[in-house]
Amino acid sequence: MSPASEESKGTIRVLQLYPRDMNIYGDWGNALVLQQRLRWHGYTPELLEYNVGDDFPADVDLIVGGGGQDSGQLVIQDDLLSRESTLKELAEGGTPMLLICGLYQLFGRFFKTRTGSVIPGIGVLDVETHGTDERLIGNVTVSSPEFGDILGYENHSGQTTLGPGVQPLGTTSKGTGNNSSDGKEGARYRNIVASYLHGSLLPKNPAIADFLIRTAVERKYGSFTAGTPDDRYAVLAREHAARRPR
Amino acid sequence: MLYFSVPLGKLVRRVSRLRGGGSALPGLVVEKIDPGFMQRTLSTLPLGVAVVSGTNGKTTTTKMVVELLESQGLKVFTNRTGSNFTRGVAAALLGDVDWRGRLDADIAVLELDEAHAVHFVNRVPPRYSLLLNVLRDQLDRFGEIDKTAQLLQHIASKTTGTVVLNREDPRVARIADTLDGPEVRYFGLDDSLLSTFPNDDDLRAGPGSPAPALPAKPHADVVLRRVGTDDADFEYDGATVTTGMKLRGVYNIFNAAAALVLARCIAGNGAAPTDHGGLLKALSEVAPAFGRGESLVVDGLPLDLVLVKNPSGFRLGLKSFPAGGYATMVAINDNYADGRDMSWLWDVEFDSLREGGVDQLSGSRAYDMALRLQYDEVAIGAVNPEIAPALAAFIQGAKDKPKRIFCTYTAMLAIRRELSKITTVEVVS
Repeated sequence: MSPASEESKGTIRVLQLYPRDMNIYGDWGNALVLQQRLRWHGYTPELLEYNVGDDFPADVDLIVGGGGQDSGQLVIQDDLLSRESTLKELAEGGTPMLLICGLYQLFGRFFKTRTGSVIPGIGVLDVETHGTDERLIGNVTVSSPEFGDILGYENHSGQTTLGPGVQPLGTTSKGTGNNSSDGKEGARYRNIVASYLHGSLLPKNPAIADFLIRTAVERKYGSFTAGTPDDRYAVLAREHAARRPR
Repeated sequence: MLYFSVPLGKLVRRVSRLRGGGSALPGLVVEKIDPGFMQRTLSTLPLGVAVVSGTNGKTTTTKMVVELLESQGLKVFTNRTGSNFTRGVAAALLGDVDWRGRLDADIAVLELDEAHAVHFVNRVPPRYSLLLNVLRDQLDRFGEIDKTAQLLQHIASKTTGTVVLNREDPRVARIADTLDGPEVRYFGLDDSLLSTFPNDDDLRAGPGSPAPALPAKPHADVVLRRVGTDDADFEYDGATVTTGMKLRGVYNIFNAAAALVLARCIAGNGAAPTDHGGLLKALSEVAPAFGRGESLVVDGLPLDLVLVKNPSGFRLGLKSFPAGGYATMVAINDNYADGRDMSWLWDVEFDSLREGGVDQLSGSRAYDMALRLQYDEVAIGAVNPEIAPALAAFIQGAKDKPKRIFCTYTAMLAIRRELSKITTVEVVS
């Protein structure tokens, strides 16, 4: 927690996608963690919002998007499709993004509902999702080659399958993840981390938060010098969460 | 079957009580051997059945409705143990019927959990229902908020007489559009109090985000106009009435408006004319249900227990009970009854605790709570997931201060057990 008088190493513009309609299960926690850890690393966070019908802000350094109920997804669907080229360009250009649950699905190629209707996604991620009658609910532990153990909570009935264009975020050792068959959770593509995990995800997984921050800073300023966030509570919260039942 | 199911059920009830067992087992037994027992017994009540459901405040609201009706001289059957499942209702009935299965009551007022209420109303269509709110609660059980709203809609659709709805909760108010049978009544809030009730849709709609256009509000039978420290103003029948209140917390007092609407409907259909003064007096005397803004005494100073089980409830709790001058403890468990997902803590802002800090954290997810407070820059005294030593340390460390504990449901039960060793705690059977 650096004193306010200390000179900022730079400003990072963090855009929350559709916080008004897609904010279920603590998605605010992810935006808050990015904001505070940027400060703790010595940078100035600038938190922006993009909601349906807004102008899309320029010079965005980091994007975070969350989950929603079916009704929320219907509200944003057309608007998201109208932003397809902007978001694709940012993703391909390497802008770091965190996409949770609903927006993970809609950044994929499509979501096919139980009744067979197809909701098109924006195809940034080579994944497809199928609605099911089975709701996957409970604590999850994922082992990731990049971030170590990832701890969170899943609550979804859409099941996602990865295409060859993306890598899984990791392999589940507790819980289900993307679908009930292949034991994989989430997706990695360029600087995008996509996941079904709430919890919120970033507070108990600071390694992912710091990856997104470091990437955003390096892209903007060439190099990143870390601060010294106090992660004692995060370590203990992880230990205790890992011992809880499914 | 009919002749021995009641005596047998009552016997099981006695035996299971002797063994200190749960309250639902005898209900299970009687349901198995005599599936028509509950429906048959409740159908004999002259004023029928009233169901209270919704996410927050069912227990206190049900208690208020019961006490309001009793002020009108009515005999009321209720499931006051908080066993708000069908089986719990059957068990409570067994306690109140005589050995021949007769229930001496004018009306049943039942608190029912949303999911279980659906099964209940399919078997026993209520004459009245009171639907309080739909908030994010135990989403790992119901899936989504809209699903919970559908459950409440089903209760309303099975109601034969009057449905009482929260005018200020869009998901509840909207239920009116789907009904063509029952009469609809509303309880409401003064606009000046709306900001203390952020609903889940407003959660992240900060300043600058356009608010969705509000359709014209329907007339509400009772409107809560003002909340003071120990009184409140209610408007009904075209006049505003000020009454003292023992209840604490704005949300409890808003539910008092709900209880008043339902009690007035029921009393209005009773044999005797409504005693309006009696209703108001009863309202002013209602004490909160256990753990719902309950105040105990420890070392001669108050210790408040505030039950928190979802983001809206926690935000309301923090708003209704200002931290100034109080020592604060937070106990967060993640057992099934609490909800296993900790995401909800991130939908609550804890800035109001920043000035005084939090003295003690406890519960199986104490460190999740510590992490949450760290990100809101709230100072933390001590953390101990074990509730008994944490509570002892909290009381020891704040001997000269009034104390407040925000706790989830199972943490509250554990805290009450510990407190009963050192102070008088109401016994709930």
